[in-house]
Amino acid sequence: MPSLKSLRIRINSVKSTQKITSAMKMVAASKLRRAQSQAEAARPYAERMERMLASLGASVVGSPTAPKMLVGTGSDKRNLLVVVTADRGLAGAFNTNVGRLARNVARRMEGEGKTVKILTVGRKGRDFLRREMADRLLADGISYAGRKSINFADAQAVADRVTAMLNAGEFDVATVIFNKFGSVISQIPTEMQIIPAPLPKETVALEVSPGTALPIYEYEPAEEELLASLLPQNLAIQIYRALLESAAGEHGARMTSMDNATRNAGDMIKRLSQTYNRARQANITRELIEIISGAEAL
Amino acid sequence: MAVDLEIVSPEKLLLSKPVDMVVLPAAEGEMGVMVNHAPMIVLLRGGVIRLYQGTAVTEQLYVSGGFAEVTGSRVTVLATEATPVAELKREDGQSRLTAAEAEYGAADKNDVTTLDAIQAKMQAARALIEAAAA
Repeated sequence: MPSLKSLRIRINSVKSTQKITSAMKMVAASKLRRAQSQAEAARPYAERMERMLASLGASVVGSPTAPKMLVGTGSDKRNLLVVVTADRGLAGAFNTNVGRLARNVARRMEGEGKTVKILTVGRKGRDFLRREMADRLLADGISYAGRKSINFADAQAVADRVTAMLNAGEFDVATVIFNKFGSVISQIPTEMQIIPAPLPKETVALEVSPGTALPIYEYEPAEEELLASLLPQNLAIQIYRALLESAAGEHGARMTSMDNATRNAGDMIKRLSQTYNRARQANITRELIEIISGAEAL
Repeated sequence: MAVDLEIVSPEKLLLSKPVDMVVLPAAEGEMGVMVNHAPMIVLLRGGVIRLYQGTAVTEQLYVSGGFAEVTGSRVTVLATEATPVAELKREDGQSRLTAAEAEYGAADKNDVTTLDAIQAKMQAARALIEAAAA
């Protein structure tokens, strides 16, 4: 039976842990709200971009001079995985899930005789993959540690990096692996191909009421020149979306896991105080018995 | 009849209002759009978007480039930034120009796409300086 003093110390320490976890949960909840509204605000641009791309892409596909970013390099041997995780832990299985999916995807691709390179965005993914996939990691990952929120310029920087690698002919296919924000309690690790750019379905994307004719756009400058500017921008938008989803997912995951931690700490405090009270009562009873038997002996 | 103008950045909806005419700095020359314009997708260079009510210019916004989708009743501008001309600072344009020139100096002279991109940046910076001076 542990002594009363050591029990008291343990109870106090669990109590302060509980305070921390519940504060973290609160912080995550407010960050989650902000991340969600940021994702919401990014939607109009992405939608319009998608619409333009749908109508443009359809008119260029099949042309021999179509840009690499849209039709690929003609091979699918060399793969680039962009793995998006958080910079901080304590978010349940959030980072591990993405890491595990990235590892499985890499294994699968290598099983098919392809080569894989990995660009990590976020410190945790790098830490995870360094154990088994160290030789496939690019020398420097991207990390936003110490930053409050991400903005479009960050996504642009990642996109520029990927574009530069594509132009240098370092890979054929690029895939982003990130946690898709399903709901506060569910983040779905997802792979999304970004190069060659998948074309959105035109009929769905175009803003027309059924029955009316599709608008036929004129392009200025010509389609291909326009695409050459539109595609890098679209790439940045796709990455931006993945970063935002991942950020929202991170806060959601942290909220849930900290909520669980707070509850567990509560249970533990309850159990410990029970033990403490029993021990205290046992002590009192023992002392009473000693006093009484001492009095009887007189 | 007015045409609905929307200016959207990746981070938020910057502006949405009906105007009588909007003049866009298209890559191949300025372009005025009124209602019932033919549907177009246009590349924008760095320059000033002017909003007209009647014949008067009501607002001037600087964009550093982007795209515009024109349909009969709507103009959507996708831009990374849109700053009212009154808030532009000459020094800002100057520093961007210097940065772009440095980039140009460092770039590989055979890589045409990169050079084009940098030249577009330089042009956007010059347009900013010009707009700030006016």
